[in-house]
This record gives sequence, structure tokens and C-alpha cells, in this order.
Amino acid sequence: MSVTKSSRPPVAPPTGGRRPPRPAGPLAALFFLLVVVAASLAIGAREFSFGEVWHGLLDPHAPAYTVVRQTRLPRTLLGLLAGVALGLAGGVMQALTRNPLADPGLLGINAGASAAVVSAITFLGVTSLGGYVWFAFAGAGAVSALVWAVGGGRAATPGRLALAGAAVNAALYAYVSAVELLDTASLDTMRFWTVGSLATARPSTVTGVAPFVAAGVLLTAVLARPLNALALGDDGARALGARPTGTRAGAIVAVTLLCGAATAACGPIVFVGLMVPHLVRALTGPDLRRLLPYCAVLAPVTLLGADVLGRVLGRPGEVQVGIVTAVAGGPVFLSVVRRRRVAGA
Amino acid sequence: MSEAIVIRTSGGFSVRLRPRPLAVGAACVLVALVVAVLAIGGGDYPMSPADVVRTLLGRGTSADAFIVEQVRLPRVLTALAAGGALALSGAAFQALARNPLGSPDLLGFTQGAAAGALTVIVVIGGGGLALAAGAVTGGLVTGAAIYLLAWREGLHGSRLVLVGIGVAATLTGIDGYLLTRANIPDAARAVLWLTGTLDGRGWGDLAPLLAAMIVVVPIVLLGCARGLRILEMGDDAATALGVRVERVRLALLASAVLLSALAAAATGPVAFVALTAPQLARRLTREPGPNLLPSLCMGAALLVTADLVAQRLIPGHRLPVGVVTGVLGGVYLIGLLAGRRRAGRP
Repeated sequence: MSVTKSSRPPVAPPTGGRRPPRPAGPLAALFFLLVVVAASLAIGAREFSFGEVWHGLLDPHAPAYTVVRQTRLPRTLLGLLAGVALGLAGGVMQALTRNPLADPGLLGINAGASAAVVSAITFLGVTSLGGYVWFAFAGAGAVSALVWAVGGGRAATPGRLALAGAAVNAALYAYVSAVELLDTASLDTMRFWTVGSLATARPSTVTGVAPFVAAGVLLTAVLARPLNALALGDDGARALGARPTGTRAGAIVAVTLLCGAATAACGPIVFVGLMVPHLVRALTGPDLRRLLPYCAVLAPVTLLGADVLGRVLGRPGEVQVGIVTAVAGGPVFLSVVRRRRVAGA
Repeated sequence: MSEAIVIRTSGGFSVRLRPRPLAVGAACVLVALVVAVLAIGGGDYPMSPADVVRTLLGRGTSADAFIVEQVRLPRVLTALAAGGALALSGAAFQALARNPLGSPDLLGFTQGAAAGALTVIVVIGGGGLALAAGAVTGGLVTGAAIYLLAWREGLHGSRLVLVGIGVAATLTGIDGYLLTRANIPDAARAVLWLTGTLDGRGWGDLAPLLAAMIVVVPIVLLGCARGLRILEMGDDAATALGVRVERVRLALLASAVLLSALAAAATGPVAFVALTAPQLARRLTREPGPNLLPSLCMGAALLVTADLVAQRLIPGHRLPVGVVTGVLGGVYLIGLLAGRRRAGRP
């Protein structure tokens, strides 16, 4: 590995083969995760000390039990699940499209899921998560196929794919607001859902989406190696024993499962799938076997961190997590665009 | 290419007119006028087209004159003006971004105008003129921000697109935040405005848009069109041919932002007119280049027709015009992209 992208001489002497394992990285990532989980359980409209929260978690007779166990615990678990889902989906999509700007929110996949859910709620009267999660999958799957085809498939450039996604996003946004207009009663609930929020989490929400996220995570784990091979191009991948078509199809299924589940549970959330793999890649390099596990830990850190931040900033109410990630993720996206020469629109 | 008519004045000023684009523009104007007469004639107080024309010429009954002048004419004129302004700004953006999808709806300008207007609706609680001022301010601030962020040794088309998409996504989050802060009547009003509607538009909504168009449209059509056409050959060629590249770009961007923001202030950010009108115009004229004047006429015809359809589509239920343009635009967009794919263009 003596080839470097910049013209500067490499600082460290080039190492051959696998890097020596560094335990500091994973430990730090897990530590951050622990911190945001603790913060998510402890911080909210009602103020408790850490001791009270701890008792509230374990002791049914503690004063904090209802708040911590019924509201904050499901919310935190949902944040973990949705974070894992969005981070992995972003990582897989960036590898699949070989596009540093791929993000389930930007490419309209979350919007597809949400348009399907809004239709299900309004026209078919579906009210339970177990009912509309299937619509979310249908919407996410249809839009990922559409954006992929419309953006030019394998020949897609970053700019073209992003524009195709933005266009599909705009069309779906117009549709969703039209539906909201026709039905003022559902506007009240949907205007909170369509910005992306963890606030409505119930224990049943968590158990409802957990199996789908788990399936997506498993599929992603299986796909990490063939997707690595795919980075070499189709011929190179075949020579290494991977099957390009099957891998792509599997990756689209995984993205659909992950994005559909996350969107059904907490509404469309942008930029988490973009930011996290980007920051992680600077740490791990492009190998998906190292990149994806970090994404799976650090994406929930980002999402829960944004959620806690929204609770602190919006006191006594809260700012929905989807808004915090949109506002925080925009500058990251812009810095990527400005730094790299992402050509071709 | 067919024969062109060239008009020259003694001051060294010349305009080249080609028959086909002129015919397309004239056809669009004709369609717009016919639809306008139908739209003025329809409603709870129906009037025959002949009555409408007679009233417009000042020879109708006083009841007809009241309905036409106070209620229906301002609405139709707002549709014509806003459609034209949106289409012209879309044509300019598409030429600047060198991409048929580079319209103000996708590049964040519309979302910026929406953020300004929502701030007025939700935080200040105003309407009418304050709302228009908010939309214009939001649009202009966003335009300046996108220009500065995308500028690096000149304005590059694809960077403008990507920066615009990023800004649009961020602003959508802010718009959503403002929407969740509103009480229910304000939220319903805000969503209606965000979709784009012509309901209840009067002379007061039309005046600022019309005043700005009288100034800006000639600047774009006469001052920038030639430079823009040469700009499509690339920056180096344009510079060699004596075009001041950055100056033309800045003037066009400023005009386009102003037009789209004022149109949004008058009607709300009606989706996809800015995207589709220049494309349709270009197909009909079969001319390369930005097709600014045919786009303007096409946009006016498109929006006034969409409003007529929106009012009559479901009997007894008036849809906002933005729903119709949104759905039509979405379908058109997918067709456009599929066509691009078939043509194998990168």
C-alpha cells in the first residue's frame, strides 16, 4: 500500500497487510455510546439525579420508574435501533453507489417510506406500527429502485444521483403536504412525524421494529466482504469470487429493510447516514469490515446525541431529532462538497 | 435553422428574432389568454366568454365589472405573472447550473423563501405584505449564502447544484421546525402557503411582483440572454469572446433569485413550474440555449391552466394549485429522467 492520493510523502512508513489491532478505537466508541445512553435516560423535561434514574430503571416503586421505564427507555432503545439502521444504510449505500454523497434521506428513500406511511394512515386507516411498517418497506424499496434507475444505475455520477434523489424528494414532499392539506385532523399528528422524532416511542414500537433492523444488520454483515470486492469493479469482484448482481440486490434489500424500519418508527431523518460513515472513514479507511461496525456504534451516538441536544435546546418542550440532524448535517455535507472535487452533475 | 429576422437600431443595439421560438411564444400567450378568459368566467357566478371579454373591455354590466375587477382578474393576473416569473428564473438557473434539473425548487432558494415566510406566519403572526417581505428576504439571503458557499475561483455548475441540495435539505429541517412550533390554525395556513395557492389573491399581492418584473425581466431578456448563450460554450470560450463571465452570472443569479422569491411571496412556492416550463419550451422551440422568452410565456400559460384544473378537478372542493403542479411535475420529472437515461447521457 505505497500509493497515496496526495503528492505529499507519507508521514508513517507504509505498512504491508493488515494493520495491527488498536483497542483504543472500539473502546472509545463504546464509551461514547454509554455516555449518550446515560444522557438520554437522565435528561428530559422532568429532572432526576443519576441515582434516581438508576433506581427508576430497576425498582418499580421508585418515583422515577414511570418516566424512565415507560418513556425514556423506549425512546433510547428506539434511538439506538434507528441510529444503527441509518448509519449502516448510509455506509452500504455509499459503498454500493461508490458515491460519497449517498444518504437515505438525501436520495429520497426515507421520503418514499414516509409517503407510503402517510397514504396508509390517511386513505387506508392503518394506525398501528405493525400495519404500516410494511407500507414503509414498499415505499423505501420502490424509491431506492427508482432513484437508482433514474440516476443512471452503475454509470451514475454523485451529482446526478443526488439530483435524482432531490427531485424525487421534492415530488414526494409535494404529495405528502397535499395529503396533509386534504385532512386537517391528521395534519396535527403528521406534522410532528414528518420531521423525524423519537418522542412517540412506546415499548411496542421498539419490539415492532427490532426484528427488521436485526435482519438488516445480519444481511449487512454478510454483505460487507462482497461489497468490498465490488469496489474493485465488476470484473475484479468476479475474479475474487463475489457475485456483483446478487450483492447489489442484497444491498438494496438491506437498505430497504433498514431505512423502512427506521422511517416507520420515527419519521424521515436526513444526514445521519451521510455524516457518520464520512467521519468514520477518516478513522478506519474504506474497508467495510472495519467501517460498518464503527458506523453501527457511532451512528446511534450521533442520533441519540442529537435527540438529547434537541431536548436541552427546546426546554421545556423539545426540538425534534430530525430537525437537529438536518441543521447539524448540512454543514458536514457542504464541507464534503467543497473539499472534494465531486465532479459531474 | 430557419431564417432569422434581425432588428438593428442606430445605437448599435440589435435583436435577432427567429420564427419558431416566436411562434411558440405567441401560441403560449394565446393559450394563456383563452384559459384566463375561461377562468374569469367560471365559478359560483358563471359568465359566458363573450361577457368576460366585453367586461374586460369596459362595456359590461356593473355587477359583472365588480366580480371581474375585484375578485377574478387579480387572481388570474397573479397566476400569469407568477408563472412567468418562476419559469424565467427556472430557465436562468438551468442555464447557470448547466443541468435541466437545476431549478430553484431543488436548489434551496424556494426553501429559503419558505423559511422566511414561515417565520412571519409562526413567529411574528403577520400576513399579506409582511409575509411577502419575509419570503423575499429569505429567498435573497439564501441566494447570497449559496452563491458564497459555491464560489471558489468562479461559480461551477455542479458545485452550485450540490451546495444547493445541501442547503435545501438543511432548510427543509428548519421549515419543519417552524411548522411544529405553530398552533393548529397557523400550521394549516402555513402548509397551505407552502403548497402554493392562488385563493383570495388581490391587487395588493400582485403589485410588488409586477413592479419587480417590469424592472427585472428586461434586464434578463435584453441584458443577459446573449452572454448566457455564449456562456454555454464554456467559461474560457466565453471570456475569449468578450463576455464578462462572473458579472453575467451574478446578474442572472440575482435576477433569478429575486423573481422566484417574489413569485413565492405572491402565490407560495408552487412546485415544479420553474422546472418544467423551460423544458417544455425548449422541446417546442427545438432551439439550444436558455429559451428565455418562450419559457416566460410557457410558465404563464402553465400556471393559469393548472389553477383552472385545480379549481374544477373535484367538484365542490378547490385544491390548491401547488397540488396539481406538484403531481404533474413529478410525473414529468420521472419521464424526463427516464428519457435522459435512454439517451445515455452522463
